[in-house]
Amino acid sequence: MTVREIFDAMPYGPAPESAAEALAWLDRHGRRFGPFIDGAFAPPGETFATRNPATGEVLAEVTQATAEDVARAVAAARRAQPKWAKLSGHARAKYLYALARLVQKHARLLAVLETLDNGKPIRESRDIDVPLVARHFYYHAGLAQLLPKEHPDMAPVGVCGAVIPWNFPLLMLAWKVAPALAAGNTVVLKPAEYTPLTALLFAEISREAGLPKGVLNIVTGDGATGAALVDAPVDKIAFTGSTEVGRKIRAATAGRGIALTLELGGKSPYIVFDDADLDSAVEGLVDAIWFNQGQVCCAGSRLLVQEGIAARFHEKLKRRMDGLRLGDPLDKCIDVGAVVDPVQLAAITRMVDAAGGEVYRAATPVPPGCFYPPTLITGLSAAAPLMQEEIFGPVLVSMTFRTPAEAVDLANNTRYGLAASIWTENVNLALDLAPKVKAGVVWVNGTNMFDAAAGFGGMRESGFGREGGREGLLAYLKPAAQGRPTKPVAPFPEPAAPEAPGLDRTAKLYIGGKQARPDGGYSRAVWGPKGALLGHVGLGNRKDIRNAVEAAHAAKGWAKATAHARAQVIYYIAENLSARAAEFAARLRAMTGRPGEAEVEAAIERLFTYAAWADKWEGAVKPVPLRGVALAMNEPVGVIGALCPDDVPLLGAVSLLAPAIAMGNAVVLVPSAAFPLAATDLYQVFDTSDLPGGVVNIVTGDPAELGKTLAGHMDVDAVWNFAPGLDALVERESAANLKRSWVNGGQGRDWFGPAGEGHAFLRQATEVKTVWVPYGE
Amino acid sequence: MQTLAPAQTAAHQLPQIAHPRNAGMPLDLDWVAAVQANTSAIERRTATLPGRRSVKKDHQAAWLCKAISLIDLTTLSGDDTWGRVERLCAKARQPVRPDLLAALGMEGLTTGAVCVYHEMVETAVRALEGSGIPVAAVSTGFPAGLSPLRTRLMEITDSVAAGAQEIDIVISRRHVLTGDWQALYDETRAMRAACGEAHMKAILATGELGTLRNVARASLVCMMAGADFIKTSTGKEGVNATLPVSLVMIRAIRDYEARTGFKVGYKPAGGISKAKDALVYLALMKDELGHPWLQPDLFRFGASSLLGDIERQLEHHVTGRYSAANRHAMG
Repeated sequence: MTVREIFDAMPYGPAPESAAEALAWLDRHGRRFGPFIDGAFAPPGETFATRNPATGEVLAEVTQATAEDVARAVAAARRAQPKWAKLSGHARAKYLYALARLVQKHARLLAVLETLDNGKPIRESRDIDVPLVARHFYYHAGLAQLLPKEHPDMAPVGVCGAVIPWNFPLLMLAWKVAPALAAGNTVVLKPAEYTPLTALLFAEISREAGLPKGVLNIVTGDGATGAALVDAPVDKIAFTGSTEVGRKIRAATAGRGIALTLELGGKSPYIVFDDADLDSAVEGLVDAIWFNQGQVCCAGSRLLVQEGIAARFHEKLKRRMDGLRLGDPLDKCIDVGAVVDPVQLAAITRMVDAAGGEVYRAATPVPPGCFYPPTLITGLSAAAPLMQEEIFGPVLVSMTFRTPAEAVDLANNTRYGLAASIWTENVNLALDLAPKVKAGVVWVNGTNMFDAAAGFGGMRESGFGREGGREGLLAYLKPAAQGRPTKPVAPFPEPAAPEAPGLDRTAKLYIGGKQARPDGGYSRAVWGPKGALLGHVGLGNRKDIRNAVEAAHAAKGWAKATAHARAQVIYYIAENLSARAAEFAARLRAMTGRPGEAEVEAAIERLFTYAAWADKWEGAVKPVPLRGVALAMNEPVGVIGALCPDDVPLLGAVSLLAPAIAMGNAVVLVPSAAFPLAATDLYQVFDTSDLPGGVVNIVTGDPAELGKTLAGHMDVDAVWNFAPGLDALVERESAANLKRSWVNGGQGRDWFGPAGEGHAFLRQATEVKTVWVPYGE
Repeated sequence: MQTLAPAQTAAHQLPQIAHPRNAGMPLDLDWVAAVQANTSAIERRTATLPGRRSVKKDHQAAWLCKAISLIDLTTLSGDDTWGRVERLCAKARQPVRPDLLAALGMEGLTTGAVCVYHEMVETAVRALEGSGIPVAAVSTGFPAGLSPLRTRLMEITDSVAAGAQEIDIVISRRHVLTGDWQALYDETRAMRAACGEAHMKAILATGELGTLRNVARASLVCMMAGADFIKTSTGKEGVNATLPVSLVMIRAIRDYEARTGFKVGYKPAGGISKAKDALVYLALMKDELGHPWLQPDLFRFGASSLLGDIERQLEHHVTGRYSAANRHAMG
């Protein structure tokens, strides 16, 4: 076109970013890469091609790392870890600072290479991904610096295995590597098969930072390599990826006593009320679902729009979609780049083609190859597969709602719980809804805002654990003091000549605030050490667990009660327990043969501790780079199933139930199998202490059977195991709905001492929800 | 796509020629009250726009020529004289050195209009005779708009009589700040009537309206009252044209068209002095409103120093060497 022709038609024309430097870097490596182990690239083994999805051309051959490669990498990390952990916080901070600076110095090279390998628009890799990577290392340089003083009683986990996805290859690396290194761990990271290149470049850059050998290792490969890393002798697995694979990893690591964080899929709601700035809400959707071709775990992929404005909103949206430009990801004038791989393109195509509803494809040219047009699907019901399943492509599905309450119900009508956006100009409405939406991150009048200072992560089947912020660092630390191995406590056997009690006394189950007979109709006798028959306990079964969980959910009001009101109830429980201290002490002595006074006293004190905490486990306001606030709010987890330790029958039960209910959760408690009667005696205390029915439920019986049902229950949000020998079972069963699990790791705890209470318990009893509220008039 | 040669473009500068002129509509207070503008979200959109859109090489040169064709070349100073205005008009006729225009194949390129005070209208009309370049007058007690309504209306009539084809009126900010939309509507309607065939650009003085919501509401009311263009600023406020304000105003234009079918023009004024800024504005118009708003009948830049920067960029495009201001004629 001549200048005059362009003058008349005013097209944008091409604005390509040069790939020359990135390709030259690949050439310098002969376009073949081995894994990066112990500070150097190993010779390439069997390789596979990584391609530019926009053109299909092969960028390089990378090694399909074998289990032996993984073992060597883990061994290198293991060797390097003690020395790395022993460095001062300041010394590690200097390395992380150097990494942050180096990312900035090589920013364009990293951005171009990312775009080549992944297909995302250069605008995004240049303006979003890479700056966030640098920010993450800066932030964690600071956390490393402060760590010794902020967490004097914590130690690094050890060797961390990280398995990351292809949608934000370098950013996800930063999210795993920065906190791991800051905390004194070493890392073996497996980048995604489709997008290994920026991780390899980062490995090379890390040498410029002088990072000691073995501290960071990169093994490339497909799912088999990832599986080998999960199976390797690491101390933690951090995974970001699909819910399906996350579930497998949960099951595969069950009972190994290693830490696990999962950041999985989502079908995040994007709620638009009729008083929103509609044009801005439309523009927000561009950042929500047409960012990174919709291949974003927290993409606002489920539009919920108030019925009265739906038609107008959809019209505005379609017009905006028509203006999106698809094409060469290296073009600086492109909104939507290439889908990561033809396999993913086929998956998106298949899902949309199988959907009903009215499908609107943006009236914008779609280049040949691995591209999919921005798409809006309306007229689907809540039951439609596309309303429930993650598409991981530039496809938005839309539904209408009538009232705020219905918006919340629809928003939460999903197995996921990663993120949500709420658009309204009414601050009352926004701040009312934010806590009600099941999501780890809520954006008010915005979407897809990220910062290293703000925690990110999901609830439900979107995974568990937070990345970013102080809360994220804790996932890479463990208590420095380790407990002794636990030994199961056997109940005292039935004596040869049973001694009957004076008056029969029967402990029942306690469900929904009422004493209940076990569904199965079986009971077990509890014998004292000298053969006294102390009473009977019900043998609960799976149906009793079902009933208890239902009762726990029915006690919703507890979570809404004020922290002050919850504290009052817990103080009152302590008061009533104190009034019956002698009776409880006698019971403990009768069951265990040991004096019980100290345990009762400790239980009363523990109740006081959590009554105190109830209104003091505060959230935070995160200093994110935004005119606005990012609130880290501590919310109750929901319904918690807790298997009590069997050696301290009263204090163990109280140590679990008190933090749970102080934070607004409801619990289903499985008491000590050997000494169940102290816990069942508690329900008479609860009944006289204004504790609403259903907040604490007690099901006695075989912890293995009850624990299996609890851990596998789809409507239980977390499970805590302090019963000996059940970690593997609990962790494996928890994979069903990916509930949070907290296990004793085969170690006992001094329930009387500091290890028996405090922050660790409060953290397990709460979810951190980050609510972003930009403001300004 | 219809192709317009630059010479023809000049004849198509008035909105009523290419599109039905905005007839206005009864004041709809429910609509005005329902308007929302979320400042943070609007700022995010405009902050990322320059990173989303980029024009290079020949395209950039063509876009910069387009920007020139959209400039209301302006002098609004207390020390304006007839000689100064004549020089400005000469620059409007020949905004870029002839050899550069020849190299670009863009001979005949002119600015969109010349914008002066009422006292200079006759001089400007005479100086631009035969060029097809319209003269715009700032009337109505520019820039504060606080002289009596009777004299403000007379000023419009006088400017039209003197040959101004476009009248840039200023609204009464006090009506916006006190929420008296009826008063704003009535006054603007009266000014539109006084303009007659001349087309009316309503200056909102957005830097003095306090909030983006007020900007959106004032935009709607002025369009309801029959404005042919809405314009950000007099150039005399502390803050003049900004991208967030522009986004709010052009979204209002889009909503108004959706409701009434009338296309209303947009003129950001003040503070746009770099070629790069002009490209961002053009991208904003193209993306948010579409190609019709890249023509002088629906889009103008109110600018005085912008042209100088564009000239230097065009010389760089032609020669490959960075240019200097003294190589280009003064306006």
